[in-house]
Amino acid sequence: MNHISPAGDDKELLNKFLKDNQLFYGPDPEIMRDHCIGPRSEIEDKILNAGLDPHHVNQVRGLILAALDEGNTMVEQMGAAPGAKWGDIVASIYTANGDLSMIAPHGVVGFAACCHYPIKFILKYWENDRTVGIKEGDGFIHNDARYGGIHNTDQSMMMPVYWKEKLICWVSTTIHEGENGATEPGGMPPSAESRFDEGLKMSPFRVVENFELKRDLVTFLQNSVRDPKLQFEDMKVKLHAVLRLRQRVLRILEDHGEELLIGTLRKNLEDVLIEVRRRIEELPDGTTRVLTFPDSTLRENALLKFSLAITVKGDKMTCDFRGSSPEFLNRSINTNQASLKTMFLTAYLQNIWPDLPQTMSVFSPIEMLFDEKSLLNASNDTPQAMSLIPIFKAMTIPVIPMTKFSYSLPHRYTAVVAPQYDQPATFIYGGLTQNGENVGNFCADINGNGQGGRSHRDGEHSVSPPFAAVCDIGEMEVIEEELPIVRLGAFTLAKDRVGFGKYRGGLGYEMISSVRGTGFWGFMTGCTGSLFTPSQGLFGGYGPPVYALSKIRDINIFNELATNPGKIKFDILDLMNNQPIEGGRYSTHEMAMTFEICQQGEVYMMCQGTGAGYGDVLLRDPALVIKDIEEDFISHETAREIFFVVFDSRTLIVDEEATKQARAAERKSRLARGKPFDEFVAEFVTPEPPENLPYYGSWDDPTIIYGTSEGKRIKMKATEIQSMFMPNPKDVKIGKLEAELLATRAELEECRKHKH
Amino acid sequence: MKVLITENLRINLDTEMWECRHCDKVLISARDNYKRGLLAYNRDPREIHKPLLDPTKYVRTYSPDPEWCRLIEYYCPDCGTMMETEYLPPGHPPLRDIEFDIDAMKEQWKHREEVLVPPVGNEPPASKRRHTHNH
Repeated sequence: MNHISPAGDDKELLNKFLKDNQLFYGPDPEIMRDHCIGPRSEIEDKILNAGLDPHHVNQVRGLILAALDEGNTMVEQMGAAPGAKWGDIVASIYTANGDLSMIAPHGVVGFAACCHYPIKFILKYWENDRTVGIKEGDGFIHNDARYGGIHNTDQSMMMPVYWKEKLICWVSTTIHEGENGATEPGGMPPSAESRFDEGLKMSPFRVVENFELKRDLVTFLQNSVRDPKLQFEDMKVKLHAVLRLRQRVLRILEDHGEELLIGTLRKNLEDVLIEVRRRIEELPDGTTRVLTFPDSTLRENALLKFSLAITVKGDKMTCDFRGSSPEFLNRSINTNQASLKTMFLTAYLQNIWPDLPQTMSVFSPIEMLFDEKSLLNASNDTPQAMSLIPIFKAMTIPVIPMTKFSYSLPHRYTAVVAPQYDQPATFIYGGLTQNGENVGNFCADINGNGQGGRSHRDGEHSVSPPFAAVCDIGEMEVIEEELPIVRLGAFTLAKDRVGFGKYRGGLGYEMISSVRGTGFWGFMTGCTGSLFTPSQGLFGGYGPPVYALSKIRDINIFNELATNPGKIKFDILDLMNNQPIEGGRYSTHEMAMTFEICQQGEVYMMCQGTGAGYGDVLLRDPALVIKDIEEDFISHETAREIFFVVFDSRTLIVDEEATKQARAAERKSRLARGKPFDEFVAEFVTPEPPENLPYYGSWDDPTIIYGTSEGKRIKMKATEIQSMFMPNPKDVKIGKLEAELLATRAELEECRKHKH
Repeated sequence: MKVLITENLRINLDTEMWECRHCDKVLISARDNYKRGLLAYNRDPREIHKPLLDPTKYVRTYSPDPEWCRLIEYYCPDCGTMMETEYLPPGHPPLRDIEFDIDAMKEQWKHREEVLVPPVGNEPPASKRRHTHNH
């Protein structure tokens, strides 16, 4: 058959035909891979070239921020989702082209950094589609992170704002809704084995017309989730918050005119971009690197390498994630690169340059490099329901390499801080409440991560989630009114689970939960960091310990409390080590658990984590060590064996001289046991990962990626990564048990032969 | 001109050498990996992150698994200060975490004053409504 190469008019006709007859408007790589702001529009160019009065711009900027804050507060006050109540929300404003210009001062930055993707999709595909179009009074919804978003639990409402029949800007609100009809309750299913296990997958579509929700579409969405009331209520909440935001924007247009509003939104983006370039340029030229190793796919233990090398040259910065773990076709922990970038941006705006206006242009001067089919740049066919694992890492991974770039500067934009605890340590739940409601969601403990130690003081305990400085851990009394979860031990800081250092990390707290008043309830958890420490320490500090999930099953704690209340101390270490409840089945596990039914009175326990430590433990002021004992953060043994402080056990008075001697002796021991680096490398380093380790990612060479196929190790070129497909953990277990059974039978047969 | 690079390390731009900030020990060329100027120790992470749950009863005890995770400690060869730590899988090559262009750094610092005491950043403003029990 002859090859057909149309030219001229024919080619144009063919292109038009293909464009008009696209079979599926999937996520557009052109949009999804571009994290930079677009070029100025004609009107923006005209306004900015003419010049704007900076005082007037500042006034308008203040009015917009006040309006965003009001929208955010409305969502927080009215929202029904636990995420809304505890601050997992945002209100934002975008230019007419969809570039994010500003977010509410108390909002979650990452949410804001993702809605520009669906708005750009709407503009590209729906604006000129005769069956859709965009007009005043429309509102669009979306939740699928493949079209932009952190993960599919988050739902957004986006509304175009018109003035004198012209599209001036967009406003949006977003809530972490939780329940979305996924294969497990709560919207973040570790057991999702394909993208079709993820529940609702809303591409951006119009759900509001003439400023009203279309009830037929709302019903369809309600019918797709476990919590239909929540779905309806929060759609109304988001709509009314954007309507208020729209009113405020219209008032600004009336009072100050469209040129000032359009000019301010664009100028905010460009000013930040210029400032970020200046901040990059003042750093030393060179490269800093960091590695982190999540240790689970949430279905099985697996060591996953995440690698980041940041290179600065002049005013250009490159963040290179190549060499990281390959993607998994049937595990839910993949993330697409746009989702990863939203949280990576959060890391910069929370820990590195928190004084910058919160806008997407912070990232415009930064180039990012990924391998194709990497877990951090996963293809759309992979399940991404628990992308929280890589994106939580993204919130802390640049902290160490950026600190190594910026420590030398004569000034600081914020304190030098070691990484915050970076796992979503919380119970996700589902079932029937004591009020007869079907629910599925997560506990607000996800917001209680310990901060890392700082260059001049300890980290704050359970201060915030790494994705926002302002989210709260919730009121237990409010939660217990709505849910059958009874919190038996709450907010007790987890003693001795500390990122040690000259300045220690802030501690996390223990969560000891049971259920009552329900016939059907279950928990699940989705954390890594039970075998390999979650993050590196900074400048000689230690990282956090690893954490475990503990259970006491086959008991009813409420009966025990009725008969023996004095016997039980709600402290995980005490309960598990002393096993005070007779007949209980005590066990510990990795912090990754698929949905599991919890019977009334059984006890499930986990911890929020500590931040990493800063600096050498021997440089910690002994007085601070004793204060930590007094406040019950560390034990006497830790003070003596980790910090080398000598003190009287009864009075806690430090023996200064003996402490100096103990520390000097430990320094001598270090010199005796340490080996020159080259000698150490020759002994320690192996050419490949240990055979017994299920290892994923590069080893010494970032262009060679290790993985597995049918349980056996394979090596791949980074340019030719194949997706990992894991066996069902139950099949693996059955296989192991069958092998044991066969061996035992053979042994029995052997015994029988000898007997005869 | 000396440039403070970390809590424990600085680069002397005149001699182009890494130095310990605690004892002034000259470690190695600033164009080289500073870790080559230090001592390294492969520690079982359970010695620092000790088992808090009884290991005779449980597998997961809040201690990292030494088959999966090793703790590498880096010491100044003169004063024994712990300059860095690094958690790695057994046998994984240590990372060259800092690699600066020394010529560019010299050019950059021509126009800057030497920093002797690193700044710490602004403290948050003290709350005027701090909760107390001083009735």
